[in-house]
Amino acid sequence: MNLTLKIWRQKDAKDKGKIVDYPINGISPDMSFLEMLDVLNQELIGKGEEPVAFDHDCREGICGTCSLYINGRAHGPQTKITACQLHMRSFKDGDTIYIEPWRAKAFPVVKDLVVDRSSFDRIQQAGGFISVNTSGNTQDANAIPIEKENADKAFDAATCIGCGACVASCKNSSAMLFVSAKVSQFALLPQGQVEATDRVLNMVKQMDEEGFGNCTNTGACEVECPKGISLENIARMNREYLAASLKG
Amino acid sequence: MSILDSKIPDGPLADKWTKHKNEINLVNPANKRLIDVIIVGTGLAGGSAAATLAELGYNVKAFCFQDSPRRAHSIAAQGGINAAKNYQGDGDSTYRLFYDTVKGGDYRSREANVYRLAEVSTNIIDQCVAQGVPFAREYGGLLDNRSFGGVLVSRTFYAKGQTGQQLLLGAYAAMNRQIGRGKIKMYTRHEMLDVVVVDGKARGIIARNLVTGEIERHSAHAVVLGTGGYGNAFYLSTYAMGSNVTAAWKAHKRGAFFANPCYTQIHPTCIPVSGDHQSKLTLMSESLRNDGRIWVPKHKKDVEAIRNGSLKPTQIAEEDRDYYLERRYPAFGNLVPRDVASRAAKERCDAGYGVNKTGEAVYLDFAAAIERYGKEQAYVKGLDVDDKKVVTDLGKKVVENKYGNLFQMYEKIVDQNPYETPMMIYPAVHYTMGGLWVDYNLMTTVPGLYAIGEANFSDHGANRLGASALMQGLADGYFVLPYTIGDYLAHDIRTGPIPTDSKEFDEAENKVRADINKLINNKGSKSVDHFHKRLGKIMWNKCGMARNEKELKEAITEIAALREEFYKDVFVPGTENEYNEELAKAGRVADFLELGELFAKDALEREESAGGHFREEYQTEGGEALRRPEYQYVSAWEFKGKPSEAVHHKEPLEYENIEVKERSYK
Ligand SMILES: Cc1cc2nc3c(=O)[nH]c(=O)nc-3n(C[C@H](O)[C@H](O)[C@H](O)COP(=O)(O)OP(=O)(O)OC[C@H]3O[C@@H](n4cnc5c(N)ncnc54)[C@H](O)[C@@H]3O)c2cc1C
Ligand code: SF4
Ligand code: FES
Repeated sequence: MNLTLKIWRQKDAKDKGKIVDYPINGISPDMSFLEMLDVLNQELIGKGEEPVAFDHDCREGICGTCSLYINGRAHGPQTKITACQLHMRSFKDGDTIYIEPWRAKAFPVVKDLVVDRSSFDRIQQAGGFISVNTSGNTQDANAIPIEKENADKAFDAATCIGCGACVASCKNSSAMLFVSAKVSQFALLPQGQVEATDRVLNMVKQMDEEGFGNCTNTGACEVECPKGISLENIARMNREYLAASLKG
Repeated sequence: MSILDSKIPDGPLADKWTKHKNEINLVNPANKRLIDVIIVGTGLAGGSAAATLAELGYNVKAFCFQDSPRRAHSIAAQGGINAAKNYQGDGDSTYRLFYDTVKGGDYRSREANVYRLAEVSTNIIDQCVAQGVPFAREYGGLLDNRSFGGVLVSRTFYAKGQTGQQLLLGAYAAMNRQIGRGKIKMYTRHEMLDVVVVDGKARGIIARNLVTGEIERHSAHAVVLGTGGYGNAFYLSTYAMGSNVTAAWKAHKRGAFFANPCYTQIHPTCIPVSGDHQSKLTLMSESLRNDGRIWVPKHKKDVEAIRNGSLKPTQIAEEDRDYYLERRYPAFGNLVPRDVASRAAKERCDAGYGVNKTGEAVYLDFAAAIERYGKEQAYVKGLDVDDKKVVTDLGKKVVENKYGNLFQMYEKIVDQNPYETPMMIYPAVHYTMGGLWVDYNLMTTVPGLYAIGEANFSDHGANRLGASALMQGLADGYFVLPYTIGDYLAHDIRTGPIPTDSKEFDEAENKVRADINKLINNKGSKSVDHFHKRLGKIMWNKCGMARNEKELKEAITEIAALREEFYKDVFVPGTENEYNEELAKAGRVADFLELGELFAKDALEREESAGGHFREEYQTEGGEALRRPEYQYVSAWEFKGKPSEAVHHKEPLEYENIEVKERSYK
């Protein structure tokens, strides 16, 4: 396939940045999207130019590092997929493809397509844990049976990879889906109950301080979430938050 | 007397760890505040260690090169984690887990370490459940288990095909709690580039801030490396793109011995290579072998028809299929250990029975499982067990429940539906059992420098059974290191903060700067990847699944030559004072080019076949690995300026509690 790439180039956080055109030829439909960018980068290096910086690591859809905004959609044209799982068979010969970084105030650009998502870590540090000593002197794991249905739901919420696609695709740059996934995981498990009140209050407070926008229930996050994290989690978090506010 | 003192406590095997814990020096809680520990790596090993040491009261500085500790390579582990809980009542015990692990490792691991691993395994599950790790459960609300290759009991705990993710998020949460309390200072997007040794003790590291390019000095009373494995020396592997050997290699150059570098695990169930563009290989969890049957066609004419597209695998009759694992290993069948399954696949493909275009793929087939589960469900639901459609639909549901995300992953990559047609799989590099030599306390040969998780060598021997790396990473981080490091740190309560303005820090920083300048100012013409790919080809072809003297000798010469060419002709764009991924990669590949040579040298020295390490000259008539008792030792290499000059030390392995037998899965 022959393609035209229109890629956001930005030297560092202070630079203004602009879209630059790169024609590219001989792309195989079996390549992943990131492998296609590898090909481009090898060409650029061959010409003595600087390659395009983009974030990636596992290349199998689980680490949450890759973060490309492709043709106006987080992680590109397919649903329930990360950019590293996207293959070039999703495009046609002759296509023009826009590639941009996540755009949100709370995710400043580091370089080209790389953004800083440490705000997500700070939200987790505010309460995304269960305060248990890591000594191993805990009760036997089977001492508290957990209804399979709840365990499965908690698991589904826990599969969030922290990629930030929800924020990137939300018109308000809200982080509600991400935060609600962690809140829900613990809300559904007996172990998470004890600290439920503080957890939700602290995490929401941190989320606001990081500069994420409000949720207006447009649902774009759910559509673009590669792990299918459901809006139900936002509803659950809202209930938890309300209950905690009344208590607090 | 060798300088390798493994410090294994004496006394009966089952009491060693308890006894050792009782005799270890303790640090008073108030004094822990006076002690700093650096932990490089925030995977399962480093993350759990950082959280626990901070919990105990030490000041922890943690480093990772990713943008968040949650993204360490451990996140990708799929299948599960072992623990001798015997919840299934199928005869599991600490001893049995210990036994299986030593046998699985082909009697090339350290008995005392493995026993301790089995002993603490049950605590890991309790700990993780308390942290909210959502393991799979049965309808009664209790934890579910499955089994893995090489064992006959069901002891593997799992969270769908995302166990590594859930365990890592557990450790990440435990870290976050400590970061929130100010007990861990986290340095993300930082790469450790050297260890600083002061008066013979590890006292700090030199790190590069990957965003700004700044070179930083960090001091501590002890340094812990949880930096993972080095399988990316092969270029194509199932590792994350950033996984590298730099931290361990730099430690090696500062005096830490590197043990068994040639012990590499090749995982049997990966998606085959499809073309030259490929950047990495994807693993399909081994748990699939619980239900999938592995086969190739019996007849060459069918192989040809499949390759040219005129025949589909589903059209090949049962009697024309060769279920070669079931045929060769009736007791374990498709559940033989990884090295056995990998070699058997290679043997069939080398004999011309590979089923994809490159001839390097075998089938992993779920049709029988779908039918079996479907019938069971139809029976339970009172439906017609002879209605093919009903049975297939029900069966697919069950299979989807167990392996849905893996099937989806496969389909995304290969563009074929594994519910309808068998998957194609082929072995790929997946784990490295070699690593920094450590004693029973997990300390390297450099005092104060520790190695945990995949970065050390001690627990897996020549092969690693499924679901045991996660177990080891968490055992080391949560339960072993936090005790053993105290023994060392107890001597440091009056030392006070370690200054970073010493000549040792100057020297290490200058060295790091010089290495970077050399790479950046090298006006060569070829990219870093160009060299990495060429190294990978040598490694796979000559130091891969099967090895022989002639090719290993060639590999040693070729890698040395390639390294020379790299320094003459590599081109690294950009500057050192900015976010520069090519520069980071160049440093990593430079280290792989040195490690690769030591790897081949180690493989050459070991004239036996053990586990994942198959020396063609040493095999039984049946094509199985031929172990030689005279090689029952750990090879630990001491750096002397060049990989070719490394000095070989041996730690003999003694088995007092297990009878060393020919490993057989027949
Ligand atoms: C696809 C796949 C599936 C697997 N499935 C299973 C399974 O089901 N069960 C099982 O038991 N095992 C499994 N494994 C193996 C297991 O995942 C790993 O062995 C284990 O997670 C390694 O953990 P670790 O903490 O030692 O290292 P890693 O998780 O690799 O962590 C390394 C850390 O070190 C950091 N680091 C490295 N170098 C530097 C440096 N120079 N400077 C700063 N930081 C650095 C990284 O940033 C990272 O934080 C699987 C592996 C793969 C690839
Ligand atoms: S909720 Fe979905 S989109 Fe948002 S960070 Fe998690 S996985 Fe990514
Ligand atoms: S690179 Fe890990 S999710 Fe894409």
